[in-house]
Amino acid sequence: MARAIPTSRRLAFTALAWIIGLLIFFPIAWIILTSFKTEAVAIADPPVFVNFEWTLENYCLVGLFPEADAQGNGGWLRGLMCDPDTPQRSDYTRFLMNSIVIALGSTLLGLLIAVPAAWSMAFVPGKGTKNILLWMLSTKMLPAVGVLYPIRLILIELNMLDSKGSMIFILTMINLPIIIWMLYTYFREIPVEILEAARMDGAGLKEEILYVLTPMAVPGIASTVLLNIILAWNEAFWTLTLTTVDAAPLSAFIASYSSPEGLFYAKLSAASAMAIAPILIMGWFSQKQLVRGLTFGAVK
Amino acid sequence: MGRITLDKVQKSFGEVEVIPPLDLTIEDGEFVVFVGPSGCGKSTLLRLIAGLEDVSGGHIRIDGKDATLVPPAKRGLAMVFQSYALYPHMSVRKNIAFPLRMAKMDKAERDRRVQEAADILNLTDYIDRRPGQLSGGQRQRVAIGRAIVREPAAFLFDEPLSNLDAALRVGMRLEISELHKRLETTMVYVTHDQVEAMTMADKIVVLRAGIIEQVGSPLDLYHTPKNLFVAGFIGSPKMNLLDGDLAKPHDATTIGVRPEHITPSPTEGTWTGKIGVSEHLGSDTFFHVHMEGRRDPVTIRAAGEVDMHRGDTIYLTPNAERIHRFGADGLRMP
Amino acid sequence: MATQHSRSAARTMMAPAVFLLLVWMLVPLILTLWFSVMDYRPLRGTFECCEGLGNYIRFASSSSFQDAIVTTLIMVGGILLITVTGGILLALLLDQPIWGQGIVRILVIAPFFVMPTVAALVWKNMFMNPVNGLLAHLWEFFGAEPISWLTQVPLFSIIIIVSWIWLPFATLILLTAIQSLDSEQMEAAEMDGASPIARFFYIVLPHLSRAITVVILIQTIFLLSIFAEIFVTTGGGFGTRTLTYLVYQRVIESQNVGLGSAGGIFAVILANIVAIFLMRMVGKNLDK
Repeated sequence: MARAIPTSRRLAFTALAWIIGLLIFFPIAWIILTSFKTEAVAIADPPVFVNFEWTLENYCLVGLFPEADAQGNGGWLRGLMCDPDTPQRSDYTRFLMNSIVIALGSTLLGLLIAVPAAWSMAFVPGKGTKNILLWMLSTKMLPAVGVLYPIRLILIELNMLDSKGSMIFILTMINLPIIIWMLYTYFREIPVEILEAARMDGAGLKEEILYVLTPMAVPGIASTVLLNIILAWNEAFWTLTLTTVDAAPLSAFIASYSSPEGLFYAKLSAASAMAIAPILIMGWFSQKQLVRGLTFGAVK
Repeated sequence: MGRITLDKVQKSFGEVEVIPPLDLTIEDGEFVVFVGPSGCGKSTLLRLIAGLEDVSGGHIRIDGKDATLVPPAKRGLAMVFQSYALYPHMSVRKNIAFPLRMAKMDKAERDRRVQEAADILNLTDYIDRRPGQLSGGQRQRVAIGRAIVREPAAFLFDEPLSNLDAALRVGMRLEISELHKRLETTMVYVTHDQVEAMTMADKIVVLRAGIIEQVGSPLDLYHTPKNLFVAGFIGSPKMNLLDGDLAKPHDATTIGVRPEHITPSPTEGTWTGKIGVSEHLGSDTFFHVHMEGRRDPVTIRAAGEVDMHRGDTIYLTPNAERIHRFGADGLRMP
Repeated sequence: MATQHSRSAARTMMAPAVFLLLVWMLVPLILTLWFSVMDYRPLRGTFECCEGLGNYIRFASSSSFQDAIVTTLIMVGGILLITVTGGILLALLLDQPIWGQGIVRILVIAPFFVMPTVAALVWKNMFMNPVNGLLAHLWEFFGAEPISWLTQVPLFSIIIIVSWIWLPFATLILLTAIQSLDSEQMEAAEMDGASPIARFFYIVLPHLSRAITVVILIQTIFLLSIFAEIFVTTGGGFGTRTLTYLVYQRVIESQNVGLGSAGGIFAVILANIVAIFLMRMVGKNLDK
């Protein structure tokens, strides 16, 4: 845009955009604010916005700062941040660990399967490549509820219901089409000529992948990882229906607040804030890549 | 050493035969240019030599050894790509050193060779930059640098200048010719630009639809084009190809006269016409002359400035010794 | 194009992905198909052959199925309407030269990253609660009677919650599409005398049509299987039972697996109809 825009118009647009932006963001801001209130302040009528006494009590209650274990290890952070009389009501860190293990595990496993597949489809396309890609995408469209019971049954047979391993596998399979597609669109942007140049320069397949392809694909792989972690982290069908205690991630942990504990706004807020914070931050960093990943390359 | 022999080399993509069996010998130290319109198979032929495509039939020999099944990395050839194909994540230095690194050369020798190449190509000032920070001409030099460090048996160039602007192209053309004189290594160069072919080549190979139309030195092709295609393709502006009543007196189906072999006159000559567009370049003047009963204008070239203009009647006299005669089959008549 | 050697290597590298997805897709689907023709009620220990199409007929003729279809259509349609129109307007606004564009963009995108369970719970308790919810306070502030959102207008409430999550998605994609519009095209239209409104309808909207279609198709795929938002808010009550939720209730809550599986197959068919259109769009894109 080389032309000057009248300041008044720019001002009006700016004001409008900010108002709408803040409105859309407000629920998240409200969660964060409420998480620092006491329960009494949280339900005050009329509502209090910022001029209250901020407290970490809820985070302590929900279990952000874990207590020392039986051997007396850890727990120093809790001593630092929390009132010694505040009990730890739930085991946030365990659910957090489950979320991390499942999200990272399924992402790594997914990459391991997807990178070679996407590589070969991008650089050695055959007649069937297009159809294979579309078929892979079509598996993503299969409604989960249509296959819920058989999978539950299989897991029970294998004695793997409510296990992290089975959740990692299921989330890998759910997101595999997206990972392959995203990597495929990134790989396809690497000019074939560069790989040919490497071949002419004396690089074998191993050197080609190691010194040329991988460094060029790192940005694409990174954003694929990011998107996949977000999707796995927020997944809430399989986690709600197939986990109970051992493998339950944060999405299931929060669902346990649905009643009647949900009426404790401050604690609910603290738990929610802790569940969404990591992903919110990651998401902001990956918003551009997200478009490509979520539209299977149809919009860039 | 770099003598490349193609023996009945043939290439098909599926059902489509892009290159019918073809024989060609490229002598050691020769600068050979493959030229032809787009889609004529010249790049495919180069890629077959490089090993980036499998041949469907025939044999490729490099210095007498059968290289048909040898992977590209082991053929000892270097290639400069149209898009330069530089590694965007490596500095200029690393780009140039890459083939040496692949050859597991020791570091001191590597650095010496990279420095030498950088000196030859005037890259010393940019040696630690990334390709993204370089201009088109500089990238082109890096690509050439990457090719020369490994001292290949032959260089392969795939339309290397087509992404450069006109002024730079002339400069790079000279540089590549200089490089060839200095290294005396075989070079195989693909282009669709006949000017590049004429100015650089020791030997031109004119291709059409995968078939070699003519092989010869630039002046061979200029003076004795074997057929209508070569006649029309080589030379700028294009040769005038005239048929019908103008060809009859010469016992030919078609005659060809180059614009520079027609003398214009305001008063007398063999043919008459009216001047259409005229291009005054200062050093030369080009007239497009419309002759009665002919759809395409005849192009003529007059040296220096000529005081004739649009709409004027002009008389043309072709140089009788420079008339090329072609038969009904499109081949040159003796 | 490549050589013979690399082609066989490629096939080997593709094999694991193809094999796993094939198993993942076929095994459960075949089991579901099998269960759907059985009288299978694990709690009663019934597992008998063969109902034939009985389960399908019973599922399709029940009033809850028809209600569920209507609910699903209203829910998906409502969310699509809100997110797509809202998304276009927001994208147009964000494309204007505004101060702090990057920050506004971040604010607008944020809800998409909120876990569905969190979004639903927070809206349910902290906003839509008729006593302590923020919306109740807002209504009182204007002197109106607070609404009990999730019992009085449950379907609409869920539409709002889900739209809040998906509006950022539509906005983000449409904004990306608008920004890919060649500015010379807009300048040419301006030189041709097109007003801003004419430019929107003749240049911008046609340019966006592809992206809009993609947004609609992808959202439909995800929205057809909305689960967590219903699970934590109404639990499928008050007329918010979608097809997905109905199947879930039949299979897991009332453990009538045969009947539920038949319903699951209906859900698969419904999703496939949408999927076919999406695949065509994406497929065309591949050829370029």
